[in-house]
Amino acid sequence: MAFKKSAVPFSGTAEQEERLRAVIAEHKDDPGALMPILQKAQDIYGYLPIEVQTIIAEALEIPLEKVYGTVTFYAQFSINPKGKYRISVCLGTACYVKGSGDIFNKLQERLGIGNGEITPDGKFSLDACRCIGACGLAPVITVNDDVYGRLTVDDVDKILEKYK
Amino acid sequence: MVNIKINGRDYSVPEGSTILEAARYAGIKIPTLCYLKEINEIGACRICVVEVKGARTLVASCVYPVNEGMEIVTNSPKVIASRKSTLELIVSNHKKECLSCKRSGNCELQTLCKEYGIDENKFAGENPAVAIDDSAAHMYRDNSKCILCRRCVAACGAVQGIGVIGANERGFATQIASAFDMNLADTACVSCGQCIVACPTGALGEKDDTDKLLEALSDPTKTVVVQPAPAVRASLGEAFGYPIGTNVEGKMYAALRRLGFDKVFDTNFSADLTIMEEAHEFLDRMQNGGTLPMITSCSPGWVRYCENYFPEFIPNLSTCKSPQQMFGAIVKTYYAQKLGLNPDDVVSVSVMPCTAKKFEKDRDDQAAAGVPDVDISITTRELARLIEKEGIMFRELPDEQPDSPLGTYTGAGVIFGATGGVMEAALRTAAWKLTGENNDAPVDFKEVRGVEGIKEAQYNVGGKTVRVAVASGLANAKTLLKRIKSGEASYDFIEIMACPGGCVNGGGQIIQPASVRNFTDIRAERAKVLYGIDEKCALRRSHENPDIQALYKEFLGEPNSHKAHEILHTSYKAQNLYR
Repeated sequence: MAFKKSAVPFSGTAEQEERLRAVIAEHKDDPGALMPILQKAQDIYGYLPIEVQTIIAEALEIPLEKVYGTVTFYAQFSINPKGKYRISVCLGTACYVKGSGDIFNKLQERLGIGNGEITPDGKFSLDACRCIGACGLAPVITVNDDVYGRLTVDDVDKILEKYK
Repeated sequence: MVNIKINGRDYSVPEGSTILEAARYAGIKIPTLCYLKEINEIGACRICVVEVKGARTLVASCVYPVNEGMEIVTNSPKVIASRKSTLELIVSNHKKECLSCKRSGNCELQTLCKEYGIDENKFAGENPAVAIDDSAAHMYRDNSKCILCRRCVAACGAVQGIGVIGANERGFATQIASAFDMNLADTACVSCGQCIVACPTGALGEKDDTDKLLEALSDPTKTVVVQPAPAVRASLGEAFGYPIGTNVEGKMYAALRRLGFDKVFDTNFSADLTIMEEAHEFLDRMQNGGTLPMITSCSPGWVRYCENYFPEFIPNLSTCKSPQQMFGAIVKTYYAQKLGLNPDDVVSVSVMPCTAKKFEKDRDDQAAAGVPDVDISITTRELARLIEKEGIMFRELPDEQPDSPLGTYTGAGVIFGATGGVMEAALRTAAWKLTGENNDAPVDFKEVRGVEGIKEAQYNVGGKTVRVAVASGLANAKTLLKRIKSGEASYDFIEIMACPGGCVNGGGQIIQPASVRNFTDIRAERAKVLYGIDEKCALRRSHENPDIQALYKEFLGEPNSHKAHEILHTSYKAQNLYR
């Protein structure tokens, strides 16, 4: 099995941990405490690495796998931080029929990462997303707030070059 | 009682039954896949669906309670078509390796597909390539054969209170794995194998060491000796068509001989030896202010659980090696010397109801003669496969006896395989000792018998009060240890077995399908075999074993002597693994 630990080292601060522990203390005895704790933990850290999930599991006295299973079930949670440049590829219907799947594959190949992952240098993260309401420009990707439309797979390298 | 109709006929069934149970009272078997009574009741797989008059859709009978006047149809064309489609969808994404799969013939999915006559190629599933996790010493997981029933998850989380496996991701990407897809070997898995015996298919299995064993057996330079554990004789017969609860001890010895072992001994012998050491260790701790409660150390799944989850109880663990390891240690020292053999030329093999024994044999501090005490440890299932493969006609074998001297045993040794057995065996010798070696001291300690998860008793022996507790199943062990930690309960001596019901229900035993497990207590049936043997034994206290007495006289000296400590005792270490 491939250990899915984030490629970027954890850099949580003592202050963040203090906030996380306060959140856990607040919700610990609520039924279904895990969801609100995970949501707030992601607000604090931006993502849910193994270090954060371990703190939560130990404090709630539940197995780490239970936390991880919940995190990977919901699309709202991420086990990787976002990169300096956050690339989102629209896989909504219009973009998909116009070939955004190929563009997504090309980006995975060029960056050497999969959906929801980050490059080890922390520069790029890649996510598939649903319709962003720019169907007229399909297929569309965004890099942070920049929108790129009417793309072909040949455009991928040019776009990446801009951010290197 | 409530009155219901099943397939047009009237029945009166107990209130609170599920439709599945009610149908069973009526003599009708409804098929299941995900349902395991009291373990996994999630109504997820939809194989057990039935029609209920007035219900909008088909209902999952395993979790649907009966009501007064309910009309149920278990076999309508609609029900059959639904089950068939579900099966066809499940097998569309199943690695169909059925010709050679180890579970072929004992696979719940295969049985149902055959019964329903499905078209196994009706849908072409994606069948994504999945990595096999064979990182752990005792087992593998091949998710290409997983049907996501979650019985293993429930066995690990609910029954054992561990939960190092679960469902990751969602929808079609769902996989049973550990957190962050880490290797099982990096988790706090205790190797108990309860997930394997819960699995309906070939997705989970023990690491197969039969090839290694055959190689040793065909090497003329090696003396290969074997020890079958107490619980093996209570389950092995199930693989050859005997009813659950049949004692096949004599045929087991005969089969082992025909496989080519040079000597066929018995772990029951070293169970007696364990009692000699453990009972004396307990008396010593009691009389000289040692750490109490003392907790047994025979179950490697429990020992690992203690190291992983409750390291603060390590000083409470008996330092005695398990019977498997004591046996191996004696084979490589005393027995090798007796025969003038170099320990390197002796291959020590065990047949165990247990997968954790594969892990235990490679632990630190388990090599009395400088070489491993045990070289190869196979499960009851592997032995059954080997017997089949080698063409040994098990049912036609004569009943044979074990070899001497390491095959002689007392009734105390054989009950090790059932929960409470080690405690009772230890109490027999301790009571004898505490009453001034009085042969009228009690032999039966029936309060510690039975499949209940936690048992307590108090005995007054030789003027001393001994408070004992027995737990089997690690979730029960956790409950017990927490009670001790909080000061809520206090004991002198505790027996803990990792598997519910003890070794008879071990992770290496013959796998019984859910259709049997849901309606028969296999733990109780198999335990009866062991207590039946005990009852018939002329000698029922470990210290009465003449070959044990000879072993101490010729070799070890006294129980807990310096030499006994070197050879028969071990050490433990707190572990820091992902829990």
